[in-house]
Amino acid sequence: MNLHVSSRDIGERTLDIVSAMKSLEGPLLPILHEIQAEFGYVPQEALPVIARELNLSRAEVHGVVTFYHDYRDHPAGRHVLKLCRAEACQSMGGDALAERVKSLLGIDFHQTTPDGSVTLEPVYCLGLCSTAPAAMLDGEVHGRLDADAVRDLVAEVRA
Amino acid sequence: MSVRIFVPQDAAALALGANRVAKTLSREIETRGIDAVIIRNGSRGLHWLEPMVEVETAQGRIAYGPVKASDISSLLDAGLANGGNHPLCLGKTEDIPFLKNQTRLTFARCGIVDPLSLEDYKAHDGLKGLAKAVAMTSADVVAQVTESGLRGRGGAGFPTGIKWKTVLDTAGDRKYIVCNADEGDSGTFADRMIMEGDPFVLIEGMAIAGLATLATKGFVYIRSEYPHAIATMTEAVEIARRAGILGASVMGSGRAFDIEIRTGAGAYVCGEETALLNSLEGKRGIVRAKPPLPAHKGLFNCPTVINNVISLASVPIIMDKGAVFYKDFGMGRSRGTIPIQIAGNVKHGGLYEAAFGLTLGQIVDEIGGGTASGRPVKAVQVGGPLGAYFPRALFDTPFDYEAFAAKDGLIGHAGITVFDDTADMLKQARFAMEFCAIESCGKCTPCRIGSTRGVETADKIAQGIEPEKNLALLADLCNTMKFGSLCALGGFTPYPVTSAMNHFPDDFRPVPLVEAAE
Repeated sequence: MNLHVSSRDIGERTLDIVSAMKSLEGPLLPILHEIQAEFGYVPQEALPVIARELNLSRAEVHGVVTFYHDYRDHPAGRHVLKLCRAEACQSMGGDALAERVKSLLGIDFHQTTPDGSVTLEPVYCLGLCSTAPAAMLDGEVHGRLDADAVRDLVAEVRA
Repeated sequence: MSVRIFVPQDAAALALGANRVAKTLSREIETRGIDAVIIRNGSRGLHWLEPMVEVETAQGRIAYGPVKASDISSLLDAGLANGGNHPLCLGKTEDIPFLKNQTRLTFARCGIVDPLSLEDYKAHDGLKGLAKAVAMTSADVVAQVTESGLRGRGGAGFPTGIKWKTVLDTAGDRKYIVCNADEGDSGTFADRMIMEGDPFVLIEGMAIAGLATLATKGFVYIRSEYPHAIATMTEAVEIARRAGILGASVMGSGRAFDIEIRTGAGAYVCGEETALLNSLEGKRGIVRAKPPLPAHKGLFNCPTVINNVISLASVPIIMDKGAVFYKDFGMGRSRGTIPIQIAGNVKHGGLYEAAFGLTLGQIVDEIGGGTASGRPVKAVQVGGPLGAYFPRALFDTPFDYEAFAAKDGLIGHAGITVFDDTADMLKQARFAMEFCAIESCGKCTPCRIGSTRGVETADKIAQGIEPEKNLALLADLCNTMKFGSLCALGGFTPYPVTSAMNHFPDDFRPVPLVEAAE
């Protein structure tokens, strides 16, 4: 993920991605996933290119990007910590755990620490409901979290 | 021959350190010169024992768990490779009561086979159902699925065979099979487990659906929160394609069917079938009004079968063993087996597949063993965030679509989340509204606005502001949402709210305001 790319580069790389994927049936979501994988977020500069290539209005593309929770409009921190906030995790003290994580990191959900090390996000179910409370750190899953375990996770992302 | 040692790579096992266990085990095996191979299987579903390591012996598989990486050395000292005794030894896996008492039909192979070994799959009765379907007419396949009594396991419980017949009878140049793997309900993980532990059964079920309805293309829409399932399914589809199970000629039948894996983007509402179809088409995941039914005009306006993972994964055994075999399990109009997911604050959490008809009390107290915290059970939410909270007084309700509906609940995707007596049901009711507000697609007013007003009203009740009036308002709001919403998100959010209000009225009583001393 390169955070410093010029608008022209974004346009060119977006065009490459769209060209490679536009023959898929219903290509927009796969394209947006690929763009987010490439840039770490979905840059505004990518939208007109996608719209032109898929014969959509820019508003339609904007509408899709903003509908889905996964697509970011700016880069995340170096790590992304997703804490499950759904019922099964609530039943095992997930709310108290979330408060603890927030205070350890000094940020709220949807925020990134000032040093750019970690972005904290809520997630509604990781399918780890029998090993609650659960979290996902950069795609790795963690279950049966307690105060010690979240302290270790936070130390890991802060390192 | 090398000894086979199994270390699950199901996400629940990974969340508890299975990769560290596998890595340490691999290193120790090499250092000690033990002739053994490590197989990364799915989970058997005994999640309180994960990571559960198994070793194949002449007497059968012997289980150990829960295993930590630091236990490996002592396990090998005790003769793990020969099934040696150790404090973590659980005996023969199949004799563990939690497993022994199950009826595993859909999950027959899950946790037993190497998920990506087609040889293993075939050795455990895989592809037998598809082979039979290939030799039959489409109408006969549909008739057999209808006869089995299989109903949609996603939650709605619509008869699968009837849906397939509608698609078969609808003319179309192109038809689709869409697998709904957007398993967003808290308390559920059956879809994830089958995709990670036995992906070929889903592929086989989809191929049978294709043959039955003359559809040639299938999509599996998997939520992005399930990266491990996405990886396993993607690889399994490639293996199946290379083996001629998918492609231009399914198992040499001359009939085409192929599958593409698609990833969701974090919208709960896309678990609703029409929103999912819009999402697949590359649109906002907005719910469509029905009619037209997806079976008539679904994906790209073509006739489409849209089924849940477990519905499709149950089809191969129905084709293999016959409709009567499957139908003989169950009660009333709920035929066959249901993979019950026991979650939340529970001692023995995991997956328990059984014929319909167990009571809620049996599931929670006997099978689940009560709460993990050791405190009394206060409530169980059945069917995910849109399911009702059941108090102990209703624990005699049998697990059956109609019996749950009669108690103003639903079995949904068969997830059960247990709460102990520290749960605040007003808070849970508020959360149901909050979740609906976050995830509403925004198309219909009762859901979009009702949910936000619901949160505000619950807050007023909590603060003791005109509690009687606001309780009546919340009940009225639920009524409007239930009957006025376009889909189950707005329509079923009232289930957790009203059930919490009706069964736990004490939690909704205002905190008595302390009179200010003059």
